[in-house]
Amino acid sequence: MSVMTSSAGGGTEAPAKKRRITLPVVLLAIAGVFVLLSALRIITGVDELSSSGTLRATLVAAVPIGLAGLGGLWSERAGVVNIGLEGMMILGTFGAGYFGYFYGPWQGVLGAILLGAIGGLLHAVATVLFGVDHIVSGVAVNIIGLGAVQFLAALTFSGVPGGGATQSPGIDDLPAITIAAISDPLGDLEGRNWFVVSDVAALLRALVTDLSVLTLIALSLFVLTYWVLWRTSFGLRLRSCGESPAAAESLGINVIRYKLVAVIASGAFAGLAGGFLAMVASSSFRDGQTGGRGYIGLAAMIFGNWRPGGLLAGAGLFGYTDTLRLRGGGETIHGLLLLVAVLLVLVAIWQLRRGHRIAATVSGVLGVLIGVWFFLSESVPDDLTGMTPYVTTLLVLALASQRLRMPAADGKPYRKGSAG
Amino acid sequence: MSDARLKRVALAIGAPALALIIAFAITSLVLILAGDSVIGVWQQILSVPDVRGVTNILNAATVYYLSAVSVAIGFRMNLFNIGVDGQYRIASFVAAIVAGEAWLPGYLNTLLALVAAVLVGALWAGIAGLLRATRGVSEVISTIMLNAIATAVVAYLLRKAAVDAEGSNITATKDIPEGSWIPGFSLGSDAPNDVYGFIVVAVVVGFVYWLVINRTRFGFDLRASGASESAAIASGIDVKRMVLVSMLLSGAVAGLVGMPILFGDAHNYGSTFQSGLGFAGIAIALLGRNHPVGIALGALLFAFLDEQANPLQILLDVSPDIVKITQGVIVLTVVIAYEVVRRYGVRLEQSLVASALADDDTDDKGAEVKV
Repeated sequence: MSVMTSSAGGGTEAPAKKRRITLPVVLLAIAGVFVLLSALRIITGVDELSSSGTLRATLVAAVPIGLAGLGGLWSERAGVVNIGLEGMMILGTFGAGYFGYFYGPWQGVLGAILLGAIGGLLHAVATVLFGVDHIVSGVAVNIIGLGAVQFLAALTFSGVPGGGATQSPGIDDLPAITIAAISDPLGDLEGRNWFVVSDVAALLRALVTDLSVLTLIALSLFVLTYWVLWRTSFGLRLRSCGESPAAAESLGINVIRYKLVAVIASGAFAGLAGGFLAMVASSSFRDGQTGGRGYIGLAAMIFGNWRPGGLLAGAGLFGYTDTLRLRGGGETIHGLLLLVAVLLVLVAIWQLRRGHRIAATVSGVLGVLIGVWFFLSESVPDDLTGMTPYVTTLLVLALASQRLRMPAADGKPYRKGSAG
Repeated sequence: MSDARLKRVALAIGAPALALIIAFAITSLVLILAGDSVIGVWQQILSVPDVRGVTNILNAATVYYLSAVSVAIGFRMNLFNIGVDGQYRIASFVAAIVAGEAWLPGYLNTLLALVAAVLVGALWAGIAGLLRATRGVSEVISTIMLNAIATAVVAYLLRKAAVDAEGSNITATKDIPEGSWIPGFSLGSDAPNDVYGFIVVAVVVGFVYWLVINRTRFGFDLRASGASESAAIASGIDVKRMVLVSMLLSGAVAGLVGMPILFGDAHNYGSTFQSGLGFAGIAIALLGRNHPVGIALGALLFAFLDEQANPLQILLDVSPDIVKITQGVIVLTVVIAYEVVRRYGVRLEQSLVASALADDDTDDKGAEVKV
């Protein structure tokens, strides 16, 4: 079933000029984002837009989404769509809660990975060995994961002091790193409110203050994933299973085994994402802790065009909008409206120049409407701020999805020997 | 009926039965590992429900059925409408507002509210359809996002529209006037509760679904687009239009999901309005293989398990969430069982054809194959 393919697919893609994304381009893009944020902060006067507190919280919010996305990446690069990430993440939160409380924080991390991997194994057996439709199996994994965790939590935590049927007692913290020698002077610099300089200081300060070891591990997993999937022969074989399993098999690759490994690894990543939520983002397991982050992770991966770098950017974007909602609430999100309005108008102009009248009109009208909303109101109602990350996802996908390319055999069932 | 055909029918019935047994076995295993009373749990779950229980099961199944039909419409077109959850909640909210305002008298009011629900549901799903048809955004992601957005929008609007009940902190819309309620009927004179009158509408929806999908040109186009997009395009079907239309239809049915509860039980939309029905619908649609009768059986099964598990906490101190594991496992095992049976069926057919051909060769007759 080719559920994930865009209906616009099938047309020839314009091969005209393909820009390589090189390090200077990435650095320039990051610098551009900072100039934009800094300008927005000064124009709207909302300091929370780029304070070190916000950026640190962004990191904490982005890591679970990014890890879930990494899970999606491993699985989909091997050709298995994994919508069960959410269920595997839920299993991970419980694993962290159970092993973290009864054995210790590091055991909690391992427990989260283990339970997530079990969820991955279930998905792998169903999709790879039995050829079940990937989305069907993913939905089932989500139902089973949620039910199993609710059942197990009621079983293990009710009656434990500080715990209950829907939450675990507090888990000990993992070690965190603060480099005071750098952190304090950066704090000074941040307080001066200089254009761009203060914002960069805030970012650096966020990175050297109270940084959990697990955050570092998570960030290194991005590098590791890139290296394994794109720089080793194992990774090349794994990706070939997602692009053309028949060709891979004809070259002697054990496609089934690679797919199994990839999906189990995918579950382990999602489990770790859940563990991060329970142990770093908060300090205990709670029912409903994931709040759909598995799905957002999947969206971040699609946004990132099935690449780790893009996925990281997507996770950062969702983490950032989610954080703004929590920290500044309505007023901060209100500041963001201006940015969205300006960006949409820019997109409209760009589309118009390329001759896409309808797309230009739609984004132009949306941009103007949001701009009017910005100038006519003081703040966004609290209930509505909750939808910021989701609206951002939709907007970004609507603008970007036609340039995305998923692995060619993604979501297609594969049976051994179908190379013919 | 030939011998082979008989075998196939037996397999088709055997597959779900086998899946159920496996699901029960896995649930039992979980119970054993958890140290709970396996026999006690099954005695409760498999006991015969009383009149009250049967009514509850029928009511829950009505709601599940509508939800699953909505999902199934998308499935037939290869679309995953995971957004039924958001669609029915936002539609129920709007219907509750419309009905609560009571602009029209009696059942005209009910009808107006139903139309509003259908339109809003279709509109909300239409956003995902439009994004898919024009921008190529996967409906799986967009409907999930729209679910979350619906939650925020409804919470915001509910705060604006709510009437505060005295001494209660539940926020809810204005009550629907009693003349616009949809009356239920009771099973026997001593039944303490009523079956939703809306169950009739659910049956009609199921029939219309079957009729449209299987007996109309539109239904054929829909199934064709779902089965092979390229073949559909080649035969002149406007697939993008079909994507949009089927999302609209799916959303329209999703708009009805909350109606039995709204007009038969709750009579207003509040913060405690039942949520999560859309996800159950996905599982049930899969279970029923998108067939109206299959879906009905699946809905009844899910409602039965839910209802029977309710007293487990009080009776045996076992969390009723155990049936969620059963339900999830059923979905997986049923699909696996169907796949295994399908593969077996294909092999059966192949060997049949092969033996028929071999016979033909020895008899030196024509190459006609009887299947």
